[in-house]
Amino acid sequence: MQIIDYPQIGEKLYSAVLPNGLEIRVVPKKDFATYYAAFATNYGGAHRRFSVDGRELDTPAGVAHFLEHKMFDMPNGDNALTVLTENGADPNAFTSSGMTCYYFQCTDKFEENLRMLLHFVSTPWFTEETVKKEQGIIGQEIRMGEDNPGIAIYYNLLELLYEHHPIRDRVAGTVESISEITAQTLYDCHKVFYAPSNMVLCVEGDVEPEDIVRIASEELSEELAPVPKANFGEAESLLPVSNLRRVQMEVSAPQFLIGAKLPSSRGGVESMRERITATLALRMLCGSSSTFYTRLYAEGLLNPSFDYEVDLSADTVTVILGGESKNPDKVLEEFNKEVKRIVAEGFDPGLFMRSKRASHGARLRGLEDFENVCVSLASGVFEGYCALDSFDILEAVELEDCRLFVQNNLSPERLAMSVIEPRK
Amino acid sequence: MEYTRKELMPGVFLTHLRSDKFKTACMSVNLLTQLQRETAAMNALIPQVLRRGTARYGDMEQLSRRMDELYGTAIEPTIRRIGEIQCLGFFASFPEEEYLPSGEKLLSEAAALMAELLLAPNTRGGLLLPDYVESEKEKLLDLIRSRVNEKRGYALSRCIEEMCCFEDFSVSRFGTEDEAENIHYKKLTKHYRKLLQSSPVELFYCGKSEYKQVQSVLKDAFAAMPRGEIDYDIGTDVRMNAVEDRVRYVEEEMDVTQGKLVMGFRMGECMDEPDIPAIYVFNAIYGSGANSKLFMNVREKLSLCYYASSLVLIKKGLMLVSSGIEFDKFDEAKNEIFAQLEAVKNGEFSPEELETAKRSVSSELRSAMDSQGELEGFWLSQALEGLEYGPMELAELVEDVTRDDVMAIARSIEPDLIYFLKGLEEEETDDADN
Repeated sequence: MQIIDYPQIGEKLYSAVLPNGLEIRVVPKKDFATYYAAFATNYGGAHRRFSVDGRELDTPAGVAHFLEHKMFDMPNGDNALTVLTENGADPNAFTSSGMTCYYFQCTDKFEENLRMLLHFVSTPWFTEETVKKEQGIIGQEIRMGEDNPGIAIYYNLLELLYEHHPIRDRVAGTVESISEITAQTLYDCHKVFYAPSNMVLCVEGDVEPEDIVRIASEELSEELAPVPKANFGEAESLLPVSNLRRVQMEVSAPQFLIGAKLPSSRGGVESMRERITATLALRMLCGSSSTFYTRLYAEGLLNPSFDYEVDLSADTVTVILGGESKNPDKVLEEFNKEVKRIVAEGFDPGLFMRSKRASHGARLRGLEDFENVCVSLASGVFEGYCALDSFDILEAVELEDCRLFVQNNLSPERLAMSVIEPRK
Repeated sequence: MEYTRKELMPGVFLTHLRSDKFKTACMSVNLLTQLQRETAAMNALIPQVLRRGTARYGDMEQLSRRMDELYGTAIEPTIRRIGEIQCLGFFASFPEEEYLPSGEKLLSEAAALMAELLLAPNTRGGLLLPDYVESEKEKLLDLIRSRVNEKRGYALSRCIEEMCCFEDFSVSRFGTEDEAENIHYKKLTKHYRKLLQSSPVELFYCGKSEYKQVQSVLKDAFAAMPRGEIDYDIGTDVRMNAVEDRVRYVEEEMDVTQGKLVMGFRMGECMDEPDIPAIYVFNAIYGSGANSKLFMNVREKLSLCYYASSLVLIKKGLMLVSSGIEFDKFDEAKNEIFAQLEAVKNGEFSPEELETAKRSVSSELRSAMDSQGELEGFWLSQALEGLEYGPMELAELVEDVTRDDVMAIARSIEPDLIYFLKGLEEEETDDADN
């Protein structure tokens, strides 16, 4: 196994690739009772069209998420969720646009639970009957999402920004699209995307890294399957499709999200550097200690719900910021002014130094969270970087990089705003 | 983890947990006061107003700038409702020195800033700034009104409100809209000064620093804390029985596509001397988690809903079952939720279900030892009742819970109020295509 030591943050990362292509990452933690394991596939809601072995395939929206639900059914009639829970673990799964991740946390019988995790995720078992039943359950989940302003405002923004990239599609699909899913769709997609060569296993806890490699080799197929290639369509222009969308919902105050799409991810350490630079620039531009935020907060235009992020998913990079405001248009206007000022004047060097410190502290805090560590490691593997390098990369970001990020990506014509207003 | 607890000043207690395993240390200060309709909104507002600026760091920009300098030390207002005690204060988290490039020790700086936030606000003529108070008041009102945005949480809080309409518990941790609207900066300043003098105070620390050092740093930081007669007469009134003989029913209409059913129960006579581990195990069997009866039957077997789970508010002796359903599944879901409770009462659960529930409860308690946030919450809650056992001890007690213990809890529970959030009655309209 390859060992990378990170003495400045007190962690060691063990990495290995099995002959079947599975990437393994282990962060041993002495003195902790908790074990955490995440088994993830580079397959999410956006992977609808793909090619494998020279075949082109097109699938309905919502298959990755549907699969996630159905993976827990086992051929012997058991449910993996039940089995793991009976064994004292706390298992769950999530599907995002870019990945599907199965995970559990436990304090006891880690090896048994890990074997179970690897086993059930690599053992498909679907029947027309169980698929039909799940259409009812997921239909409810989709309906629940329809009443959720947070989900609506997010997808409205993505639809404003992206013309055709499948990141626009709801991860869960629609009631109509999931009605097209059959057991065979699930078997096909499982075979393509759940091969070890397309997956990663991340473990954190008081474990011996070599044991993880051994267990994974014993539980998984030895075959090295071809890695599917997703087709996200033509590259998109950097301009949004449209700049503004307002809808009314049952909310108490207007909610808004402002977004910009960035050039698609180049992958590797470069994409991580870009993301860290962008996040640092946003911290200085509109973070909790920025002039922009504190002034608008004091004026009553923003409140603590305001947040920002740089989201890397399925080759897309999207800047998203927003929250609640009685006047989103005014916020956007002020944001544009601030961007203009920064482009002209640059960031204050004192602010830059303090923001780096604050970001270092926030990243350290992130290391306390096993789920955060394992999931970041997994997405890092899919994107081609190592999440624990973020401390060094942050240190190397330069002041001018941040100004350039703002200049190159946040001008008014690049922005779109999604607003949800209270019903009149 | 070494646990130490001592009174540092009159009515000011420090709970200290020494641990080497975290990258950051955490610290909190909480003023404890009785939850009441008249004062809840004022109490909720105080930490928010204090967070706007101190004597030394007059506004948010200067404060945030200071926290950034201290490597992103985060000191945020907290407002909690534990039973009918309202806890207001600050939670701080800051990096341990060995993980900082400069090797700086942040303990005394962070403690000083936290104490300054609580004790030395930016004032004019001794009064909290009207500007800060008004602006935070607006935000508090927004927050109170915003509960409607998230329907599942909204339905839960509405059920509590209706079920406990004669009890202080009906008031949320943020207080009520009416009371918040009437807050005036002079009145708020007076209330703040009174709280500082009379509230019992809980300090918490978890990190690498030794008890002696932490207590001396905190004693210095809080030296200016005014202490008068301490109001120890705070607590939670636990009502054992349903308010009426018949289960009350409240429904509300809103423009939603999915109905939210919340059923409110009283834990009943078991609250006389609550067997905490047994209540946890009961809840795990009945309705929390993926192996519970509610999940397995209401969701998995009958596909009645996307979620169905139970929640026990142990300090107040309440249980809430919440479920998201189609509007016309109301009766079916309700009947099934009652039927599953009946099943637990009758001991219709396998030895495996009991074991699973015990394992999941004890695992959750043991993993709390790995999270400073969980530990802080756990120990604050223990402090309110003068209890000194930790999560590990509680996890061991869970091992001894028997089938009879669980059945006894289930038998003690009685339904009080059912709340249903449903869609607007559809109006008869002609289809435009026809």
